[in-house]
This record gives sequence, structure tokens and C-alpha cells, in this order.
Amino acid sequence: MAEQRPADERPTGEDVPRPSVRVRLAGIARGLAVPVLAIFSALVIGAFVIVLSDVTFFERLSADPGGALGTAIGGVLEAYGALFRGALGSPTGYAEAFASGDPAQITKAFVPISETLLAATPLIFTGLAVALGFQCGLFNIGAEGQLYVGAMFGTFAGFAFAGLPWFIHLPLAIGAGFLGGALWGFVPGLLKARTGAHEVIVTIMLNYTAYRLIEYILKVPGYQREGRNDPISKVALESSWFPPLIEGLRANWGFVLGLVAALAVSWLLFRSTRGFEFRAVGFNPSGARAAGMSIAVSTILAMTISGGLAGLAGTSIVLGVTHSLTSGISAGFGFDGIAIALMAGSRPRGIVLASLLFGALRAGATPMQSITGVPIDLVVVIQALVIMFVAAPALVRELYRIRVPETTGLETFAKGWRV
Amino acid sequence: MTAAVQVAPAVIVDRAAIRRQRILGVVYLVMAAAAAFVLGEGIEPGASSTFLLKPAGSQGGLDIPPLVVPATLTIYLIAGLCAALGAIQLVRGFGSRWTVVLGVVVVAFVFAFLTWAGAGRSMSLIGILQLTVQKALPITFGALSGVLCERSGVVNIAIEGMLLAGAFSGAVVGSGTGNNIIGLVAAALVGGALAGVLAVLAIRYRMNQIVAGTVINILAAGLTSFLASRVLQAHRELNEPTKFASIPLPLLSDIPIVGPMFFSGNIFMYMLFVLIGLIHWALFHTRWGLRVRAVGEHPRAADTVGINVLFTRYRNVILGGIVAGVGGAYFTLGSTGSFVHDMTGGRGFIGLAAMIFGGWTPIGAFLASLVFGFADALQARLSILGAAVPSEFLLMVPYLVTIVVVAGLVGRVRMPAADGMPYEKE
Amino acid sequence: MRLELRGITKRFPGVIANRDINLVVEPGEIHALLGENGAGKTTLMNVLFGLYKPDEGEILIDGKSVSFHDPGDAIAAGIGMVHQHFMLVPVFTVTENVMLGVESVRGPLGQQLDRPAARRRIIEISEAHNLRVDPDARVEDLPVGVRQRVEIIKTLYRRSDLLVLDEPTSVLTPQEDEELFEIMRSLKASGTSIVFITHKLNEAMGIADRITVLRAGRVIGTTTPEEASLEKLAEMMVGRRVSLVVEKKPAKPGATVLEVDDLVVRDDRGHVTVDGLDLQVRAGEIVAIAGVQGNGQTELVEAITGLRQPVGGTIRIQGKPVRHAPRAVLEAGVAHVPEDRLEDGCVPAFTIAENLVLNTYYRKPFANGPQLDRDAIEREATRLVQDFDIRTPSAFNPVSNLSGGNQQKVIVAREFSRPVHLLVAAQPTRGLDVGSIEYIHRRIVGKRDEGAAVLVVSTELDEVFALADRLAVMYQGKIVDVLDPAQATTQQVGLLMGGSRPVGIVEAEAAGGLTHVVTSGG
Repeated sequence: MAEQRPADERPTGEDVPRPSVRVRLAGIARGLAVPVLAIFSALVIGAFVIVLSDVTFFERLSADPGGALGTAIGGVLEAYGALFRGALGSPTGYAEAFASGDPAQITKAFVPISETLLAATPLIFTGLAVALGFQCGLFNIGAEGQLYVGAMFGTFAGFAFAGLPWFIHLPLAIGAGFLGGALWGFVPGLLKARTGAHEVIVTIMLNYTAYRLIEYILKVPGYQREGRNDPISKVALESSWFPPLIEGLRANWGFVLGLVAALAVSWLLFRSTRGFEFRAVGFNPSGARAAGMSIAVSTILAMTISGGLAGLAGTSIVLGVTHSLTSGISAGFGFDGIAIALMAGSRPRGIVLASLLFGALRAGATPMQSITGVPIDLVVVIQALVIMFVAAPALVRELYRIRVPETTGLETFAKGWRV
Repeated sequence: MTAAVQVAPAVIVDRAAIRRQRILGVVYLVMAAAAAFVLGEGIEPGASSTFLLKPAGSQGGLDIPPLVVPATLTIYLIAGLCAALGAIQLVRGFGSRWTVVLGVVVVAFVFAFLTWAGAGRSMSLIGILQLTVQKALPITFGALSGVLCERSGVVNIAIEGMLLAGAFSGAVVGSGTGNNIIGLVAAALVGGALAGVLAVLAIRYRMNQIVAGTVINILAAGLTSFLASRVLQAHRELNEPTKFASIPLPLLSDIPIVGPMFFSGNIFMYMLFVLIGLIHWALFHTRWGLRVRAVGEHPRAADTVGINVLFTRYRNVILGGIVAGVGGAYFTLGSTGSFVHDMTGGRGFIGLAAMIFGGWTPIGAFLASLVFGFADALQARLSILGAAVPSEFLLMVPYLVTIVVVAGLVGRVRMPAADGMPYEKE
Repeated sequence: MRLELRGITKRFPGVIANRDINLVVEPGEIHALLGENGAGKTTLMNVLFGLYKPDEGEILIDGKSVSFHDPGDAIAAGIGMVHQHFMLVPVFTVTENVMLGVESVRGPLGQQLDRPAARRRIIEISEAHNLRVDPDARVEDLPVGVRQRVEIIKTLYRRSDLLVLDEPTSVLTPQEDEELFEIMRSLKASGTSIVFITHKLNEAMGIADRITVLRAGRVIGTTTPEEASLEKLAEMMVGRRVSLVVEKKPAKPGATVLEVDDLVVRDDRGHVTVDGLDLQVRAGEIVAIAGVQGNGQTELVEAITGLRQPVGGTIRIQGKPVRHAPRAVLEAGVAHVPEDRLEDGCVPAFTIAENLVLNTYYRKPFANGPQLDRDAIEREATRLVQDFDIRTPSAFNPVSNLSGGNQQKVIVAREFSRPVHLLVAAQPTRGLDVGSIEYIHRRIVGKRDEGAAVLVVSTELDEVFALADRLAVMYQGKIVDVLDPAQATTQQVGLLMGGSRPVGIVEAEAAGGLTHVVTSGG
């Protein structure tokens, strides 16, 4: 019936030459080109935002253009410098601390890095959660809600079981957190597999449902902290806390759990038969079906595990930082997870790196604001721009006139509201 | 053989329809049980609930006596109604009238809840209804924006960002120029510009449309918060627009109940009504709309009759952005009076749900927005009421209903067939 | 309108779809364009309709040279096209579909649709040419035959003088065919020229004033029904094949492996496309099914391989009925080379190694419990890349980077490397180069010689002849005949594929042979 579609033809029978080391290195460089150029472009645009949002800049520009530009560039460098030092610490700070030999001083010098790790921890989990969905062709926009439900379960396990040794209590609380998030991910997975309900809408709705659920649970006697009228939970027992990595710093073993989770997801996706199915379903559902895989099982399982990972993000915040649940524990970590998964091309290793980057931005933003007065939200702008460039390699190609790979790691997931 | 060929698709569709029918039936029965056992149990037997139907302090208009109902009886009656409808739904379904039945059940259940919450005291029902419409306004603007984009085949998940950008620019330009109209125009332009970015990313760079929308949302949230703290904190005079005043329409605003709800608002409310009518007319009764819908349903067919698919999509996305920008301005110029960080609070996403819920039609979207607006209004009023009410569960209802609708009825609610699909010429 | 195509050449990467084509369509003429799948008919018409730009040549209308940049230009010049896949918006009414792009408007703003006016003209047109439609019906509710009428009305509404019908009968039942021909005669009588694209010989003979035969992108000749005969047209259409020689010994058929009885399958739209089909394939023989695409082959293969639920009949493999699920069929010892290799055959983004275990990854030796054994997978990949001569720098390159031939070799390697009782190969060499074709043919014969039952489905006649031990011809959901390829001629098969019976066979089989024509009524 249909004649051959010549557009689908490929030149046939050609021999592909073996790549040399140089070619392969070039390939790696091209792979890195997009994220690096994306960050660079985002920082440049961010600089413009800093300068143009300075009301006095325009007044000075008319009076003394050269001086105004100089001040502007100085201001940008100062802001980015503060951001950098807030995220990684300053070389002079380290030098002075080590010179003093005072352990307290040395610990203090590492506070910025500790804060970066702390901020990166939940991001690793939510990034992994979103990435796992992407790999199976699903857009889990509900990591935020799953995070909260996970935190709710984790907090409960944290305060409800007294008298357990930490090596039982902590895993128990972690497991409870995973379970809560998994439950919140299972529902959209099931609905998608059974009825074709688009997971984007269902997870958005479940986010709001989760917020209400948290507001409710924080007022339930037995969950709400005694003697308090504001919505706050009981304090998780110390036996369920993540111990600090180094005494005196806030970074804790939750970060290590994040690294373990990244390894586990990496194993699941790339070493296990299940992950093989996830990825096959994500890339080509009809091919996966023809090969005997079940699209429904993969969808449900992937959403459930994805939700569980997001639940761990909430648990890591409660057990590692706040030790009790409030409705404000997540400052948009679930949505940052989308950015991180996009930037990392849904690869677990990349997610750890991207989380560290975004964590550093978050950690450095507070000192940047207090020192230079440039608001924290600059990093959100930078994040948005990074995703934009990463998700549209054609943009980078046009801007810098270089060859970059076409793939974005997003080829898998469904377009529009289609099933 | 001939007959079998014709019947076959219907049989397949029917199986899905039966499943939807069952889902809805079970939902109704659960609601009946909740009304009877949760709400019916908790109140004193003789208590009655009083609903005020005339706005407090309203001078003109007709005097409407408050509605007084016996609490327990009302609740049990409603539980019975829900159970009966649920049973019928399970056994034989309602065919094409399922939407009406769904509406009846939801409204009845909500009324039962209000009766329960207001048992033994009086409550301003008209106040809640007025607030419902006000809360529904920005949601509807967002939903209309979605309708404009998605009817042409571009998924717009960036409504939230456009609302936020509109709110911000409306406040700043409105205060800066001292002229609200200019503020409104600026909000529309900024919304349109943001939509332009979405259009370029989605159409020119063929970026996944959901990702592109997410980028816009994050960008808008970041930029507005950034500028709010960097500029507006130091220059408070840039964030003090005068709100548009209410313009009660003569005569119409005196109609009982409907008057205070729909004809006593400010310019945004009337703009919205005009827009709903205009978009409905344009989409379904004009050449413009026929072409837009053709592009959203079957772009190749549109192309073969000489319609410019990509241009149509660019234009509609930008128009959608303008509508969302205006809706955003409602937050600052129509309601609150000044910009606050993240003040849209997810209304854009709710608007998206309202659009789907409303079947990608302007009127349906408005009705769905009213449902969500009602939930918002209840939340505000119930907290004032101060009762130890687990209102959170009621507030979940619109979201859960949306899930049920999307899950159970997705085959019935027809989306534009090419929604979200980039178009490429051969 | 007098249309002339002069020296049209259209190239695509790697293929010349049209080569120096000359064609004249006189006013008020029905001109049949006859050719097999891939002969270049549709490409030529897309050039005419402004969808493709020709690389060489020109189009003349009434003697004047014209150039079309998009369909709008072609429409304006009076050319109407009814595409093979209808260009109708399913949720629109007939009136809306017809008026789209040339809407009648009214009202003060000149924007409001004037549906009544459009409706009146549609009724006029439909009465003039006996094109019965309900102008207010939604297109999605209409049967295919009526949708086609809507498409024709659409072109007449735009006052087309030349109508191109691309394989219009491929979606119609025989009764609907006859109605369409009536319509065409009525249009011709009113002076409209018609280009009628088809691969069915008797249709061309029955309706056309002149017939131009296309083969492999060239015009083979133009003739008239009076001068030509079915036999002559069949020969022009399929040509004298340079048969691909596949060395094979005579088959030694064993026990029956695949038994299909009275199978009925529907396609996605609910139409019965396999209609009471019977078929047996024995161990150690190759049964090849010839047929024009769209006669139910796709659905037959999908039913056998568990991808599609049949609505009637039975499929037995080695005497046992099999659950209709891909994995159950696979485990019953069936290998499948699917028709759409990128869609159903592999995951293009996966590496070659991953694709080589795409349906065996969960079993030993490739998995240890829940974990993939990457060493085993790599060993297998290295072995198969070598054995099946897959040209690639490494087994860890994505399949999407391979040429079509090598992609197909990956699928063939996966399916042929495990012991199976039945091999189902649909269009196994479509779009491949000669070297790959020969290679895959050798492998298929090798599989037969190992004792597997082999079912090949192909629209390529030379492939069917080269491979078949028994040659079955499928037409409108049924096997209309099973021939011995050594005895049969391409002409004979060509006639069967086109829905005509070679004279000798009709006599031999008496009345039973033609029953298929009236079976699948709509």
C-alpha cells in the first residue's frame, strides 16, 4: 500500500571506521561540551541579570559610562566570588585555619563544603527519582509530594519507636520513608498503566494532596508535638538521626546514603534485568512489547521506586537536619530534581555531580545575599537557564557554532498528554 | 460478517466505558458512606445549620431570608442520594449525562459537608460563593491560556510561570507609571513574551514541550523572586499599585445570589467573561477557530489545504501567554495589591487541570475552575470558622476528582489529537 | 485541464525515486498509473502536488510551465489530490472538513463560519456526482468508503479540474470499488481529468482510458485497455526479473509446525483484515506469502507472534495452541523478524549487544537472578557480530548508528541464533542493499535446512520466488492460492496479487476461486 518512504533510507553497507583514541576523546569532550557551555552561558546571562536589576546602574551609566561598567563587572565578580566562597570556602580561610592548628577553626573552615554536601543530599535523591522515571519514559513531576509523604512516614518511624538501637532504628526510619514515597509513586504508575491517565497531571494533583495531608497530620494529636499549636511534628528520636560525617559540621551520613542510592539506581538501570526492561520500555515501548516485556509492570514498578527515592529525600532532611516535620522542609527540592535529572542526562553519576553543583549554588547563595545583597533567587534563574541549554542542544550549537550531540537523554519520555 | 465489522470497535470501547462507570459508581458510594458515617455521626441530633444568602452589609437588592436546614436529616438525605446515584451508576450507568451526575454528587456532598461544619450556627454561604468566583478568576485565565495553546497543538505547562510573570510586571509597571491600565498591558506583554520563548523552544528547537514549560516556570519563579528582593525591597513604591475598583453592574448586581457572585467584581471579572465568550465563539464558530483546531488535530491535513501550521502555533501560544499574563495581573492589580514571592501558589497547574477537566473548552474550563475556586474559598472560610474540622480532606477533593476524571474518563474527554507533537514537513 | 510532466527526476539519499518521467493527462481523461509498491507512483504525485520539489524536469498545465512550492499552489492551479491516508480531521464534520482552508464566512467581522452556505454547495456537488454523504456527520463516525467521498468532494469544492486518486481502492470493499468507479465516470463526463494510481490490473483495465506503467521509478510504457491485456500489463508491471539466485537444495518437509485455521483478525480500526485464513507450515520448508501490502499480511504476522489478539480461529504451534502474548509465543520456540524493524524489531537507542539479547536477557546465561551477566552478554555479542558479519566498530555502539542492512543483521542474528521451531520473517529485506539481501536469504535457507519451519511474508516478488518452497498469495485477508514456485510465473502471481485470476487457474478451480471477492463486505 504505502510505497517505500525514501526519507527513512540509510546509506547501506557502509563500513564504519574504528575510532582512534583521539576521536574517542573528542567524543567525550563533545559530551561534556553541552553541560559546561550551558553552565557558562547561564552564568553570563545571570551576570546581566545582576547588573540590569541594579537600579543605580542606569543612573551611573548616564553620568559615567566607563565607571559604571567597571563597577558593574566588579559587582558581578564580587557576587560570584561570594557564591563560590560560600559553596567551597576561601583559600585564605583554609590557610589561616590550618596555620592556627586549632581543630575548631579547621572544622569551621570546612563549613561551606559541609553546607554544599548538606544541600546536595536531598537533591541526589530527587534527581535520581526523576531520572529513573525518565529512563522508563515517565515524567515524575510529583517528587515534591512523594518527598513529603516519605518525610511523614520517616518522621513517624523516627519518633514512634523508642528504645531501639540506632542500627535498627535508623534503617527502619529510612525504610518507612521509602515506603511512604513509594506509595505516592505507585498510584500514578498504576493509573497510567491501567487507564492511561497521564502521570504529569496525576502527580501534580498528588503534590497538592500531599500538602493537605501534611497539614492535616501535623495537627493530629500523637503526631503533633505536645504543647505546640503550630503545625510541627514530634521530634524524631536521636537513635534515628543520621550521624554527622564530622563532629561539628552539619553534613551527615544522609549524603553517603545518597551516594549508595546513586550506586543502587545505577545497578538497577544498567546491570539488572529490570532496569533493562525499564530502559527498553522508555526508549521504544512497541519494541519492548514485541520482545515480550510488560509495559504495565515496568511503568508501575518504575514509578513506585521513583516515588520511594523521592521519599528518601524527605527522610534525609528530617533525619539529617530538621529532626522533625514541618510543612516547609522542602524548598522545592522535588522540582530541582527535574533540573538535575535533565542536566545529568538521567545518569546516576551525572546526578551526583549535578546535585553537588546545585547544592553548591544553594549553599553559596545565602552568604552571597548577606555579603553582596544579590538575592538567593539568582541561583534559581541560573538553574532554569542551565536546563534550557541542556535540553536544547541546538541552542548551544547555534550560539557557539560547534558540533554537539543531538541526544539530550530526554528521548525516552512521552510527548504531550499522550499515553 | 458485515454487522460484526461495525460492532467491533464499539465493543472494545464499551469495556473501557464499563470500567469508568464502575470507578465512578464506587466513588459515589464512598462519598455516600463518608457523608453518612463521618458527617452524620458527629453532630447533635436536633441541630440545624443556617446559611446566609445576602452579603453582609449589602444595602440594595432583594432581601433573601437565610436558608435553615435540619443538619442530621439533610446529611442523611444527601448520603441516600449519593448512594442511589452510585448504585445506578454501577448497575447501568448514565451514558452521556455522566458529567451532570458527577456535578450533582459533588455539589450535594459539599453541601452535606457545609451543613455538618455549620451545624448549630450560621454561615455566610453567599460569602463563600463570592469568594469562589474570585478564587476561580486566575485559574480560569490560566485554563483559557492553556486552551488557546493546546487547541493548536502545543502543550502549555508554563501557565504557572506566565501567571507569576504577569503578577510581577503588572504590579511594578502599574505602580511605576501610576496607571493600572498600563500595568495590565505590561503584564499581557510579558506573558506574551514568555510564551514567545516557549514557542521558540518548542517549535523551533523542538524541545520536549513539557520540559520547555518547566524551564519557563522555574525561570519565571526565579526571576520574579530575584527582582522582588533586589529591586522591590529597596523601592517599595514600585510595589504599591492601586487595585482596580469593583464595578457593580447596575440591575444585574441586584439579582439574588448570582448578582453578588458574578456582577459585582472588578474589570478582571468582566474581561474574563468577555474572553470566555470570545474564545468560545472564535474557536467553534469562526474561520480562525476552525483552522486552529485543524492544526491541533491533524496538522498535516491542515498543511495540505494551505494552512501555515507553524505560524498558527506561534500565534496561539503567544495569545495564550497574553491571556495568562492578564490573569497574573489579577493577583496584584485585582486582588492583593502588591507582589509577593511565589504568590500564584500553583494556580497555573490547577488551571491546567481545569482545562483538561473542562475538556479543552472555554466554558468547561470555567466551570471546572469554579470547582477549584470553591475549594480555595472553603479553605479560607473554614479556617475562619475555626472548628476542629479536618478541612484538609475536603480540600483534597478537587485534586482527587481531577485524578478520577483523568484516570476514569480520559477516553471521553477528548484532547486535541496532535497536542504536544512537533510538526515537521515531509 | 491538460497536464504534462516532462522529464521529472526525484532523488532521495541513496535512491532515485523517479527517473526522467514523462506523462500527459488529457482533459476529461482517466489515466491509470500502474505499478508495484515502490515503483515511484506516490513520489511522482507528491511532486505534482507541491509536497516534493523535483530535482529535474518541469510540470506544464495547459502548455504553461508551473512550479509549486506547497500544496496551496497546486490547489490554486486546480489540482486536487485524494491521499492514500486521508487528510481529514476526524472530529470535524463533513462540512467543516470540506470547507477547511476555503471557508465561507459571514457576519459583520467577516469571520464567522457560514456553515449553511458551505453545506448547500456540498449538497449540490454530492448530488451532481452521486457522492452520497451527510454533511453534518462527524468524519470519525463514517466508514472508509464515505470518507473517501468526502475527500473527493473536498477537491471538487475547490473547483479542481484534475483529480489525483492515490490507491483509492486499497481501502475499499469490492462493492465500494464499483461505486467509486461510477463516481469517476460521472466526473469524467463533466470534464474532470483523473489520475488513478493503482497496482490492481483489472481496475486499470476496467476504468482507465489510458494506462501508464511505472517500474523502479521509470515509465515502462503507456497503453490503452484496448491494446493491452492483463498478461501484458502484469509483465510490464513486474518485469522480467533478474532473479536473485539463492542456492538451496530441495526442501525435506517434516511434521506440521504452524497450523492456522479459519483465523480472523482485525486491524487497529476494527476492520477485519485477516478473514478466515488457513495456512500450514511444515518443518524444513519455506512458505512465502506474496501479496500487495495492506491485504492482511501485517495482521496475520502479528497474530501469529502474539502481538495481536485474533477475534476468531486458532493458531497452533507444534500442535498446541499458544497464549497470545509475545513472550509465550517466544518461549514456544518462535523467532520473529518484524516488518517494522526500528519500531518492533529493536530498541534503536540500545547498543548492539543489548539488542542481541532483547528477548532473552532474563534467561540464563544472560542473567543471574535479577542481575544481567554482562560478560555473557558481551561474549554473545562478540560471537554474533562475527558470525553474522555485522559491520560495526564495536558491539557497544547504538543500533541507530548502523546502516539499515546491519540493523537488520542484528535482528536476524538475535532471532536466528537460538534454536526455534518456527521462524516468521516479515519483509526481511525491505530497503536493504543487494549484499545484505543475499546474506539474509542465505541465512533463512540455512534455518530451513536446520529443520525449522519458515514463514516469509514479502511484497517483493523476486524475494518470494527466490525463497519459497511453497508460494502462497494473499489477497483481501485470505490465501487465494498456493503455488509451486518452480511451476508458477511472475505473471501468474502478479495477476493473483492484483485480484485477478489467471485464466487457466480459474478453469481448474471452477467456481470456488472467486468467492473471496464478495467475502469482506462493508
